[in-house]
Amino acid sequence: MPGDQVVVRLVNAVVMSNGFPLLSGVDLEVERGSLVVVTGANGAGKTSLLRLLGGLDTLTSGAGDVAGVDLVNGDLRLLRRRVGWLGHEGSFYADLSVRENLVFAARALERPLGDVETALERVGLGHRAETTTKQLSAGQRRRLGLAWLLVRRPELWLLDEPYASLDDAGREFFDRLLGDVLAGGATVVVSAHDPLRSNDLTPRTTHMVGGRVSTS
Amino acid sequence: MTRVAWLVATKDLRIEARSRVLLWQVLPFGVIALLLSGLALGPTQAGKSSAGPGLFYLVTLFVTLLMINRSQALENAPGTKASVATLGLDPAGVFLGKALALTIELWITGLVLLAGSVLVLHTALVGTLQALPSILVTLATLAAAGTLYGALTQGGDGPATLLPVLTLPAFAPLLIAGERSFSAALHGGALWEWWVIVVVALVAYTAVGILLYGVLEES
Repeated sequence: MPGDQVVVRLVNAVVMSNGFPLLSGVDLEVERGSLVVVTGANGAGKTSLLRLLGGLDTLTSGAGDVAGVDLVNGDLRLLRRRVGWLGHEGSFYADLSVRENLVFAARALERPLGDVETALERVGLGHRAETTTKQLSAGQRRRLGLAWLLVRRPELWLLDEPYASLDDAGREFFDRLLGDVLAGGATVVVSAHDPLRSNDLTPRTTHMVGGRVSTS
Repeated sequence: MTRVAWLVATKDLRIEARSRVLLWQVLPFGVIALLLSGLALGPTQAGKSSAGPGLFYLVTLFVTLLMINRSQALENAPGTKASVATLGLDPAGVFLGKALALTIELWITGLVLLAGSVLVLHTALVGTLQALPSILVTLATLAAAGTLYGALTQGGDGPATLLPVLTLPAFAPLLIAGERSFSAALHGGALWEWWVIVVVALVAYTAVGILLYGVLEES
């Protein structure tokens, strides 16, 4: 809801998949413009939490609203348009070039095509714009994912282990980018195995164990 | 809806042009299957046999199944599905776009196979050309139905191998109608009655796809 300072509100959120609990009672609030890092071991529920926040999975029980959309009765398609998702698998059509992928996203969301060039330069992929995406390295695919989000300009960024495949320079670049995104008023939720190493960002760290938030 | 349809169709066709799966995998398979059909009939029987239209549609069915799986696989690559879902595209537009792209790909394949059936199965050229409009409509209907069933088998946890089983009841009447109108064009008979069935099916599948594709995507 416009003006609401809480972008994410989950109350006893449970997500089941084939009888297995991916999230088993999560309570979480995230304020607008804040950075939250969700840490935890493999299988702790970090990705499931992000998928729930992105409207990619549905609540089995509990309650919540994200970016003004009720997770129980609201329009999840509307929610998905308000969030940006960067998964750890790569996020694009492998047979399209870098630029074609971004143009597709820009046209889908009716954004100006000039944003594509700006995003390409911002993430340092201007020289690989015509390269087919499947020919990119893993780190370059991460940068393309970030460019996709820059074109999208979502109000809630959901980044699933964004530091994977990034070298030190890539991590520094990513931290600077996150700083700019937060300064622009967006909210960011990041999943990571470990707390952020950045000295400039001051995130709130939430730790997950067994599908629950253990410390926040 | 039409804006999204155009966006999705051009994207699918661009991917096809770039990956050349149609050119290097589907078309050779179709041509070889047609060639084997001609060899099975034998050189003396091919021209006399009335099996030409049926064999043409049998091979078309095989390549259609391959292309439906390919079309859906584009959307279900790891990571792609979640990212594209956050674009919030109108599902009716996505359905129309994917069906349109598949139609164009099937038309290209169909024209090659049709030329092959003239050469290999010795179907009469004039009759084959007369059958062309009904064949194009039948292929468009297969594309619309196939896009729906493809989303059903690949959108959720269902294995893609279910596709032939699920599509058989939907495709059988279309293939029979297509084969009958092709035979009528070659040997004389009721051409238009069969064509009407296919046109009605095209309208019905398109309407169902526009209404239900979003539900299939969500499932």
